[in-house]
Amino acid sequence: MWWVLGSEIVIFGGLLACYLMMRLMYDSWSDAASHTNTVAGAINTFILLTSSLFAVLAHNAAERGKGPLAALYLLLTIGGGLNFLVVKAIEWTNEIKHGYTITTNTFWSFYYTACGLHAMHVIAGMTAMGIVAVGALRGKHLPRVEYVGLYWHFVDIVWIFLFPLIYIAK
Amino acid sequence: MSTHAHRAAASDHEAHGHHDHHEMSFWEKYVFPLDHKMIGMQYFFTGVAMGVIGALMSYAFRMQMAFPGKAVPLFGLITPEFYNSMVTNHGSIMIFWFAMPVLIAAFGNFLIPLMCGCDDMVFPKINRLSYQIFLLSAIILLVSIFMPGGGFGSAWTSYPPLSSSATYNQTPYGAPMWLLAVALEFVAFLLGGINFITTLMNSRAPGMKMYDIPVVLWMIVIASILFMASVGPLIAGAVMLFFDQTMGTGFFDPARGGDPVLWQHLFWFFGHPEVYVVLLPAMGIVAEVLATFARKKLFGYKTILWTAIATGVLSFVVWAHHQFVAGIDPRMANIFTVTTLLISVPVTEMLFVYIATLYGGSIQLTTPMLFAIAFVAEFLIGGVTGIYLGASGADIYFHDTYFVLAHFHYTFIPIAVIAVFAGVYYWFPKMFGRMMNDFWGKVHFWGTAVPFNGIFLPLFYTGAAGDHRRSFDLLNFPEMNQPALIFARQFATVSLLVMLGFQVIFFINFFYSMFRGRKAGANPWNANTLEWVAPSPPPHGNFAELPNCYRGPYEYSVPGRSSDFWPQNEPAN
Repeated sequence: MWWVLGSEIVIFGGLLACYLMMRLMYDSWSDAASHTNTVAGAINTFILLTSSLFAVLAHNAAERGKGPLAALYLLLTIGGGLNFLVVKAIEWTNEIKHGYTITTNTFWSFYYTACGLHAMHVIAGMTAMGIVAVGALRGKHLPRVEYVGLYWHFVDIVWIFLFPLIYIAK
Repeated sequence: MSTHAHRAAASDHEAHGHHDHHEMSFWEKYVFPLDHKMIGMQYFFTGVAMGVIGALMSYAFRMQMAFPGKAVPLFGLITPEFYNSMVTNHGSIMIFWFAMPVLIAAFGNFLIPLMCGCDDMVFPKINRLSYQIFLLSAIILLVSIFMPGGGFGSAWTSYPPLSSSATYNQTPYGAPMWLLAVALEFVAFLLGGINFITTLMNSRAPGMKMYDIPVVLWMIVIASILFMASVGPLIAGAVMLFFDQTMGTGFFDPARGGDPVLWQHLFWFFGHPEVYVVLLPAMGIVAEVLATFARKKLFGYKTILWTAIATGVLSFVVWAHHQFVAGIDPRMANIFTVTTLLISVPVTEMLFVYIATLYGGSIQLTTPMLFAIAFVAEFLIGGVTGIYLGASGADIYFHDTYFVLAHFHYTFIPIAVIAVFAGVYYWFPKMFGRMMNDFWGKVHFWGTAVPFNGIFLPLFYTGAAGDHRRSFDLLNFPEMNQPALIFARQFATVSLLVMLGFQVIFFINFFYSMFRGRKAGANPWNANTLEWVAPSPPPHGNFAELPNCYRGPYEYSVPGRSSDFWPQNEPAN
């Protein structure tokens, strides 16, 4: 599991390093960045952090051998991911309506690529949690709850880096 | 989890699970196997098939270089577009679909569980999945060559903006498919690497301490870690390049606000460690063969291990020597010159340690031993010529000439061809339970090791004279149109034909011996490591009884013992 996370970290590390280098090179990016919806980003940060809390609670329940409770908490985590995606979708619809698309300029290319890659990881995490939750409901494979939790925290942490870089830094 | 607990869990798993309590059908056994040996074979045969395709491409464009404008037998007249696509795909195939699958995946899969004395990989299903993804990537790559517009033709390094838009590279389908194939191939190797690292760390035979692990396993695992740590930025870069190609973003295109040098950094941050990803397993294979046939303890086991790790660490800080002419800050170029020259220190150290292993040994010149010695000799030339290119001043002159090409073929051919042959001849009895013919093996050895020099020594000369490596027809340049240069190019091409011709002997020997060769016992070379404890070929589950480990892998000619080897699983008295 740790090896998976390690290799994922270098993927996002590469993307974010590129973003930082180009952000420092081009001042015009701050104009582009000022059009991102900071409020939506902040709401999503809050949603993701909350869902991580549920992942911890699920791990805690699994440790105590309470499979169905762990499954419930996992379901709440998945709900958090779903909320995150809904907010993201509203945000993207708005931006595309205002004419900011992936080809507008390099900032928006990064915006959509980085957030899109992150959103795909959110979806992958939700899928994995769904599978684990079904097992946990029957009290099977409880250690897996910890592993999907780890993965979810990783997705969360990537967002914690993305949020200030893309939304706050102007 | 302790080793013992894990092995108990593994045998418990075996009782309920996937092992051979029933007769397996053809499909289960050969097409969708869970057995690490069969997956290793699949990787091996796919990799070799791709290698043959890559070699045929080199035949076609070497003929074009030596006899430009003439029809090539089997290929016909070569167009510039087809030439570019073949050069690109030759590079990609040889590194990603031949060297890596054979050196890491095939030998890794076959050897890791056998040599560390367990019954299978920790995650057999992930292992099978990794091969299937790899096969898919190989098929996509081969199909991409025949798409409308032709195969991808902007060199295996895929530098944008040439690679980033179909307006520039004229291959609207070939380019994205090439990129997709490379990305899938990386995913396959990430999955495989997870298996290798976890298996070696968690299911070694009881008693096998860290310093009792055979060098080749260490090398494969260090290489897997290197790969994992370096490939991420390139995957991110591949996503960006893919968007550039298909959606019209401009990450790497200056006309659209991007920066092409950024790709070069992302690519070589992976691309240079990749050199050591394939070098280290080759070094490991050679170490096993040298120690066995010198009948001597491997000189400086810990030195080899720690210099390999040092090489791995250093390989992350050398990438920008590929950008010496890309307009980077000269102060940066100085730093990268120093780190690049520095990395030759640990590699040289390893080579000297190997030579020290030979010193005073009672050397048996079997076919694998000949290949192992040739590896050390030929790789030295590759390493020494690298010194010129590592220094930024000299590199600015040599950049993208045939000198560079000759240099890296002098490193890659010993790695991916000569060391692989050493490994194949050495482990063939374990793979198929039969011996390969030694006489024809030696004929094949001389027919490979000698013409190989005939190909690339002349290219050092033409490269120093200024032959540019990506030109389609060098005779277009009057200065390059000299009899001596033309002769050198033709000499290289003829040597290539000779070398390819001798490979036929290998294939006949290989397939004949697979079915008709002399039967080999469990331990035909009198070697110490654990894979020789299992019967040849090992059944599913490997060992009749899982072995224990009592000592290091290289206890040959121990004073006071009647036999000159001392297997790892034999108790002290």
